[in-house]
Amino acid sequence: MSDTPQDVIIGLEVHIQLANLKTKLFCSCSSDYRSAEPNTHVCPICLGLPGSLPVINKKSIEFATRLALALNCKINPKFWFFRKNYFYVDLPKGYQISQYNKAGGKAFADGGKVTIKINSSKKEILLNRIHLEEDPARLVHKGSIRTSPYTLVDYNRSGITLIETVTEPVLSSPAEAREFLNQLKLIVQYTGISDLSLEGTLRVDANISIKGHPRAEVKNITSFKEVESALIYEITRQKHEIKKGKEIMQETRHWDGRVTIPLRTKEFEKDYRYFPEQDLVPIVIKKEFIDEIKDYLPEMPNERVLRLQKQYMLSEFDAENLILDKYIADFYENGVNKDPTFGPDEYKLYCNWLMNNIVGWLNENNKKIDETKLKPSHIIDLISNIKKGNITTKIAKTLIGDMMKGNSISKMIKDKGKKRISEETIIEEYSREVIDENPRIIEDCRKNPKAIEALIGRVMGKTKGQADPKITRKIMIILLRNMRIID
Amino acid sequence: MEIYNYMGYELIEKIRSKEITIQEVIQQTYERIEETEELLHSFVYLSKERALKRAKNLDAQLKNGKTTGKVLGLPIGVKDLICIKDSPTTCGSKILEEYRPPYNATVIDYLIEREGAISVGRTNMDEFAMGSSTENSSYGPTYNPWDLERVPGGSSGGSSSCVASGQTPISLGSDTGGSIRCPAAYCGIVGIKPTYGRVSRYGLVSYANSLDQIGPLGRCVYDVALILEIIAGYDPLDSTTVDIGVDEYTKELNRSIEKKTLGIPKEFFGEGLQKDVKEKVKKSINKLEGLGANVVDLSFPHLEYTIPTYYLIAMSEASSNLERYDGLRYGKMSDDLKGDVYEVFSRTRGERFGSEVRRRIILGTYTLSAGYYDMFYIKALKVRTLIKKDFQNAFEQCDAIVCPTMPTTAFKIGELVDDPLQMYLMDVLTCPVNLAGLPGLSIPCDYDNKGLPIGFQIIGNYFDEKTILNIGYQLEQELNIYRKIPPLTIRGN
Ligand SMILES: [Zn+2]
Repeated sequence: MSDTPQDVIIGLEVHIQLANLKTKLFCSCSSDYRSAEPNTHVCPICLGLPGSLPVINKKSIEFATRLALALNCKINPKFWFFRKNYFYVDLPKGYQISQYNKAGGKAFADGGKVTIKINSSKKEILLNRIHLEEDPARLVHKGSIRTSPYTLVDYNRSGITLIETVTEPVLSSPAEAREFLNQLKLIVQYTGISDLSLEGTLRVDANISIKGHPRAEVKNITSFKEVESALIYEITRQKHEIKKGKEIMQETRHWDGRVTIPLRTKEFEKDYRYFPEQDLVPIVIKKEFIDEIKDYLPEMPNERVLRLQKQYMLSEFDAENLILDKYIADFYENGVNKDPTFGPDEYKLYCNWLMNNIVGWLNENNKKIDETKLKPSHIIDLISNIKKGNITTKIAKTLIGDMMKGNSISKMIKDKGKKRISEETIIEEYSREVIDENPRIIEDCRKNPKAIEALIGRVMGKTKGQADPKITRKIMIILLRNMRIID
Repeated sequence: MEIYNYMGYELIEKIRSKEITIQEVIQQTYERIEETEELLHSFVYLSKERALKRAKNLDAQLKNGKTTGKVLGLPIGVKDLICIKDSPTTCGSKILEEYRPPYNATVIDYLIEREGAISVGRTNMDEFAMGSSTENSSYGPTYNPWDLERVPGGSSGGSSSCVASGQTPISLGSDTGGSIRCPAAYCGIVGIKPTYGRVSRYGLVSYANSLDQIGPLGRCVYDVALILEIIAGYDPLDSTTVDIGVDEYTKELNRSIEKKTLGIPKEFFGEGLQKDVKEKVKKSINKLEGLGANVVDLSFPHLEYTIPTYYLIAMSEASSNLERYDGLRYGKMSDDLKGDVYEVFSRTRGERFGSEVRRRIILGTYTLSAGYYDMFYIKALKVRTLIKKDFQNAFEQCDAIVCPTMPTTAFKIGELVDDPLQMYLMDVLTCPVNLAGLPGLSIPCDYDNKGLPIGFQIIGNYFDEKTILNIGYQLEQELNIYRKIPPLTIRGN
């Protein structure tokens, strides 16, 4: 793409399900709909039955307060819920209980910011507001929405707490939007209010315009990955239209995973007839309540980066990498603090093992760290065995998989005893090393093929006698032949 | 004496002293209903089997001394918009035909499950409580026991006619702009609309949720006080209920009203008031003065804006509250399922809502729409605040406000059907009380020259139901007309 970033204006509305809340926003039904039979976590309130009334889940206010504090928003001391009226099959009451910052209404919190790093310079993304609202029911189709012969409705999702974060129109590229969402995801993880790796926890609407032209709103972006593609598509489309001399229409478009399709233009914009929800009383947030939550608020990612650098003498790069997953960073700190003899070298070593080998393994196997049996002490044990010369780094790397199953390196060394290494790639690696390190013996081999025994001996030495001599011999011969040292 | 002559509290006494069994009470209640129902049409649904079964259970419990309910065995009529588990609750509407809620309203839990009352059936009402005559019911009108050609008032018309005619001693109604007090006045019984937030609305199907309150209707103040004692109070399921103690209303009734100051707002006695209504209400005020009360004149400068304010707010809220009726999850859908989901929703709503409901939904939708919201809804809220202020000023000078409940006595069926505006004006003396959220009591004070009952309204300060019940009781004892049973005939004038 050839856009000059200043031309593009993007604002995001990010809806996040508070998946860590046990119950729904206005009733006591369980909010764990992912593992439940459809329509089992329902009651008169979340089904919107006649006569039922909402009651605010106090915990949702606490969660919203955590996020507002983490995003540096200004929490309003008093707010109301509003009704957003529209008819749809997923909306049992015909209105969604939400918030509104016009017509006398107030958002849960105003302002706030998220700092992102883009091309190694920092940028502050200003927020407009955050507010609470209820999730509509989930619609289930057979196959695609267009071809499905029916629509099924699962009210287990109806009434689950959503928090909406609205940015100012200050993002200037899809890459910035992606970076913003990554940061937001991280902050959400750190506040402990949701788990955005769960499917359906995130929905994004994006307002996109090219400077000097009307904006289009793209709805239904349902994952982090999709946001960037949807934005790139929409920007390209708008630039193309402008180039052709066409007017951009102010409209709402729908992202179908591939392209954006027009939904409705401004004249047909829905009128949601927002007005106060009087089944709920205004909610007052006291300063003491906010202070208490502030006291228990975990350290935020940007603060942690600074502390990790200071406390463990890590580079900015290492610290920034570590905090990308709160649980990895927690694992790290847990580990390095277990061994009082650790100093800067071990801090660095531990970080390298964790970030290069363990995280690599987790990504390859699509697992989270707490889904494995790896304990922080396993890495301490690994580092100490290498230090003592009980095992080489190379071999240790081959044992990561076993370590993730809860086996310590010490135990493996003990169990395996002199068990042979028969993996050809490893033996080959050692053999190449030996060849590189012993040019004189190589020369000898040209005259006396028996000199090969000396090379094999050195491989055995490097592997502490564990390399299979037969395989080692075979590989050494192949290598030397390839080098035309022997015939 | 037939049981329908007894007040509710007398019947409870007879049951408790085992003079009569609960099964006999329920049996005789249905006999009275079967005798009179054809003339009155108080009920849209009778639950005889269920009631008799429950009576049998309660009798057995009573025999074993296992039950202590305050209103054990008391037959009641329940307005068709208060949810009773597994019992039809249709709000007088075709759109909820055959709907049976899976849960009880809080007041039902208190009154029936906890204190032992028995619901004998669902009483008729204006569809979704929208009306002042019960003519807007999808199941046909209810007739006034004092003159079968006249309306019983509304929207709790069935709850009123069933009590007035002795079908049941007590009923539950709801009041959004006068829906308890209006039919109580027209049928010559007692009805109270409690302070907004005094009685839980959980399980009350919303019409205008910032105005609705459930309240009891009975033939005497004591009965109404007794039921209110039971159903009032904070409910964690209704965020708008207030967590303050409930007075023992029945114990306060005998207090002297000497030195109580009664406010008389001149605007409530203005134009449009039927001559003998005005006279008879004034006469009752004199009686209260005779009992030692003082009287002070009041002014309500914003009363003239009451009707537009009330209807703007009520219709706006109604348009949203009634959005859930699309036929998809409960109730009936149109038989014709052609077109997309919006077409089916529209067709269902067009076919199954009555004309008054459609009118109010359309007007309410309009007033909440972009561009009109500030002009109508916001402005109405501002006037509502002014009306509230008028009352607050008033209660600095008096303990209660007294006035007529309705500007006229009951009108004839069909008389105002083609003139909705005239019908709306009937609420002028009741709906300011809802706008302010105050409690209001209506008791019968006399009859007009046609022999139709006249309602006397007593409006109290917030959560001061105790004072208005006390004043009402004192007046009732003084007037002593409350045992009169209506003739169930056509008067023909
Ligand atoms: Zn629920």
